[in-house]
Amino acid sequence: MSIVNQKIGGEIQTIASSLLESGEVAAFLGYTKGSLPGMMRPYVARDSGEAGNLSWSSFCVINLANYLPALLRSVEPPRRPNEPPPEGQLPKVGVVATGCWSRNMVVQVQENQIDRSRVVIVGVSSRGMVDRRKVERLVGNREITAIEEEDNVLIVRGKGFEETINRWDAVRDNCKTCLHPDPVIYDELAGGLSGDRQIPDRFHEVEEIEALSVDERWKWFQEEISSCLRCYACRNVCPLCYCPTCFVDDSRPQWVGKSTDEVDTALFHILRAYHCAGRCTDCGSCESACPMGIRMRLFTKKLQKDVIELYGFEPGLEADAPLPLSTYKVDDPEDFIITAGKKGDQK
Amino acid sequence: MEQVTNAEWEPRIIAFLCNWCSYAGADLAGVSRYQYPPSIRIVRVPCSGRVSANMILDALRAGADGVLVSGCHPGDCHYISGNLYARRRFALLERLLEFVGVEPGRISFSWVSASEGEQFAKVVEEVTERVKRLGPARRLVKEISSCPS
Repeated sequence: MSIVNQKIGGEIQTIASSLLESGEVAAFLGYTKGSLPGMMRPYVARDSGEAGNLSWSSFCVINLANYLPALLRSVEPPRRPNEPPPEGQLPKVGVVATGCWSRNMVVQVQENQIDRSRVVIVGVSSRGMVDRRKVERLVGNREITAIEEEDNVLIVRGKGFEETINRWDAVRDNCKTCLHPDPVIYDELAGGLSGDRQIPDRFHEVEEIEALSVDERWKWFQEEISSCLRCYACRNVCPLCYCPTCFVDDSRPQWVGKSTDEVDTALFHILRAYHCAGRCTDCGSCESACPMGIRMRLFTKKLQKDVIELYGFEPGLEADAPLPLSTYKVDDPEDFIITAGKKGDQK
Repeated sequence: MEQVTNAEWEPRIIAFLCNWCSYAGADLAGVSRYQYPPSIRIVRVPCSGRVSANMILDALRAGADGVLVSGCHPGDCHYISGNLYARRRFALLERLLEFVGVEPGRISFSWVSASEGEQFAKVVEEVTERVKRLGPARRLVKEISSCPS
């Protein structure tokens, strides 16, 4: 049993229980054990008794910020669509947040999706979440019946085998290149903070692809998305995707066809990533939720790199700075603009 | 799909031109009788800030060989800052499309003011030349194939 996770889980339970007991929050959003090995399930505790079900492990891969806006609405008193909210403080909600989740919550506050005064954030410093697929690959894709987590190793059991693997070998790619594992905003802490990390080549995955030729990149892109089922799990799990009608569901005009035609799939992935530009915190939920193992995080990672290069912005770190695509500077880089021989031509 | 040689092939380029500058610039190119290639199909938009990534990709999907978006020069936007927001979006979109393997040059952006008729003709020439070098668009073009019997 992992002592670190046990300590964090215990503290989450204690904090959640006291918040629910005192009535400060109406609901507490955390994680509970899932029904399969290596699966954790988002869980809402609504009284202090249910807080005992909360748990913590290295398999909490889905970003809890995704559920916050709907959970906040669910604890408000019922009212008609256009009726203004009642006077006074609306009920609060407690939530567990690691570094990237808390940065998404900052973005949600900036985009008016959540009201910071109604959220009690219990910060957890992330040690990196484990990719279930990596665990499967490390044990030769045999069927896993149980995963026991120690602090630095995972003991994986299946029919007729038991293997001990290094935890870090199975940690998700986005967690390995994460600079800010500590929550940016929090009201309480479960476990200690670990401080920012130094990673010299955090964009190496993107740079490897950028080094390819155009035709090779196109081939890579087509292969990467070829198995896409268009189940939209990556969209549904993303805390940035909250449009009432998504562009993929629009029918007039229909931006993206409903079929699994390769062009429609390509357009879906390009636009989904593009809509996350300057907002994505690289939490990796999309990849973790994908049933086909598509690495669509590379597209948003590329945009993250460009936003840093062009506009020097990292989402979620500064609550006061406007999001990069909702602002501008007069001297923004424009070397891509065609000038057709006029002065300043750089093409 | 018939193969076409570059010599006689004239690309189809969708040009999103802002109402206040580039569309008027195109108009001026016409009344001033500047010659430019007959490759562009103009869509008039209120502002270059109106042009979303959806619209650019939709044009490519529908079979355009290239897309040109043109608006007012920075600082001259009729809506003060629409083109400055657009500039950030286009910069990221162009880089993303190149990242996934869409040829650089398929989509182009420019600033043309209402008084720059000659400049408009030059921009169209350059964009047409870029697209001609690439040949007909194949990537991101949705082809409706007949149902297998």
